[in-house]
Amino acid sequence: MIEARGLTKRFGALTAVDGVTLRAADGRITGLLGPNGAGKSTTLRILYTVLAPDGGEAWIDGVSVVHEPLEARRRMGVLPHGAGLYPNLTARENIEYFGTLHGLSRAVRRARAAELIERLEMDTFADQPAKGFSQGQRVKTALARALVHQPRNVLLDEPTNGLDVMAVRTLRRLLGELRAEGHCILFSSHVMQEVAALCDEVIIIAAGTVIVQGTPDELRARAGTQSLEEAFVRLVGLEGEGARA
Amino acid sequence: MKSIWRVFRKEFGETLRERRSLITTLVVGPLLMPALIGVVLSFAIRHSGAPSSRPMSLAVAHAERAPQLMAFLAQYGVRIEAVHADRRQSRRRVERSHGPLLYVPRDFGARLASGKPAALRLYADESNRAVQGRVRRLRTLIGLYGGTIARLRLVARGLDPQLLTPIALHPIDVSTPQSRAALALGMLSYAILFTMLMSGLYIAIDATAGERERGSLEPLLTMPVRREHLVYGKMLAACAMMAISLVLTVAAFAFAMHHIGLDRLGMSVNFGPAVAAGIVLGCLPLIPAGAALMTLVASYTRSYREAQTYVGLVLLIPTLPLIFANIMGLQPRAALMAVPSLSQHFIIMSLLRAEPLPAPDIAISATVSLALGAVLMFLAGRLYRREKLLG
Repeated sequence: MIEARGLTKRFGALTAVDGVTLRAADGRITGLLGPNGAGKSTTLRILYTVLAPDGGEAWIDGVSVVHEPLEARRRMGVLPHGAGLYPNLTARENIEYFGTLHGLSRAVRRARAAELIERLEMDTFADQPAKGFSQGQRVKTALARALVHQPRNVLLDEPTNGLDVMAVRTLRRLLGELRAEGHCILFSSHVMQEVAALCDEVIIIAAGTVIVQGTPDELRARAGTQSLEEAFVRLVGLEGEGARA
Repeated sequence: MKSIWRVFRKEFGETLRERRSLITTLVVGPLLMPALIGVVLSFAIRHSGAPSSRPMSLAVAHAERAPQLMAFLAQYGVRIEAVHADRRQSRRRVERSHGPLLYVPRDFGARLASGKPAALRLYADESNRAVQGRVRRLRTLIGLYGGTIARLRLVARGLDPQLLTPIALHPIDVSTPQSRAALALGMLSYAILFTMLMSGLYIAIDATAGERERGSLEPLLTMPVRREHLVYGKMLAACAMMAISLVLTVAAFAFAMHHIGLDRLGMSVNFGPAVAAGIVLGCLPLIPAGAALMTLVASYTRSYREAQTYVGLVLLIPTLPLIFANIMGLQPRAALMAVPSLSQHFIIMSLLRAEPLPAPDIAISATVSLALGAVLMFLAGRLYRREKLLG
């Protein structure tokens, strides 16, 4: 479970995240939806402890990301935006290296890597150096790497960016399976269809603030429209007008 | 601590697979540098040399006209090569072959017997450096022979031959063969230290600027490992690379110097296995400081290319004290042994000269270098805690 309360992050004069409060429950896929520059990535970066918040706090399964970042990191798997691999290591070695850093024994990380390679249909390229990987192969490897320690919570920043249809389907299937296993999944996206297709819960974020959190049905009801896209535009727009008034 | 070791193992293993870095570490440094310096030195040996110690050959036309002079020259290591030639032929022969030729005129013996100056003709192309040396040597030898005759003449007339030597200059050369060699090998310590630092360059940049540019830094920072431990592991991998390169470089130099044959120069270079081991041990304490310095600088840069530029420049910093030492002729003393890289230079030179430094001086060098390394590593660790690192 992921919780945040009043997260704030400033870069100089710019307030990128302004009092974000959210909750992502176990066994659910939560989508962080918002236009570009809304503060999605910054929020995720604070949650996965790469950035420290200027204000507020967040917890991963009740462990504070501010006060116990190492312990919090053990409880989550992260797929950052444009996740890079080590070009001289094979996909399998990239996955196993993160297993090593999580302190997994050799036998365990081998078994986990093999299992993830099968699950993500990576057999054809698993033992090639990551140098020449396609975007799809890279994302799959990075995802397997993020899951090698079987984290309860999974955070993904724009995971479907640059993926072809087949890779997106594999990813969706995997996220569905992880949800069924009871994992807490939080991912960011600016693609409406993707969020609509996957999410149990949607958090709409704009200008560094959470505008609304709810199930897709609730959002549609609140905006008084049948289309989630229309609901998104209205909710973001309404807030904009409200802020100006 | 375990996580430092895990990062180290991965960084080191990955670098071993990168052809570019391997070429820098194992080929460019350890093989190219000794080969280059070896070529330069053996060239110097062939073209300067200490002529008096080596036999030289001399073409002589009409050697039969001056048998005693020929015997005298032979005594001093000149191989007489008798040729049949008149004056014109002698000149042409020298123009063709460049070797000097001594022509003994017909009246040589008669003029010598009658106490008149006896002429000898020495044909030589003095624009050739190698010939210059031989001509100088012949002048000295023939002057010596003439001086002996002059003395005998004075004695025959009842005069003291010392009258001919109002002033006696005695140049006393205190250079030992080792120290003369060490002068010629002045660039050796520079080459060793530079190569050692160079070999850490790739891994220091790759682990910082390279990792950020590839986008693999952010996922790495989500691992349950303290950030400073990540950078310590990376720096240790650079240290290991540098240590390997150092051993290879010194071994290659020892091999090269052995085969150049510096003893032909009248120099004996002390570069056996014990000295090589001493050089490696003396330089090792500088490695952490070098690795940390490069990592620090590379961490501040925004891209791989930028890092290469800046770290390349920074590599010159440790070589500056060496240049100063050479220009100003600095001698080792305790205060200077506290200057990292300069103290390593002194240690290398003292070992090559077979003039061991006092143990406290070596201890100062090692302690200060290691302490600097520890401080710089700590700073690099601190730098990794900054968020700006993500760029």
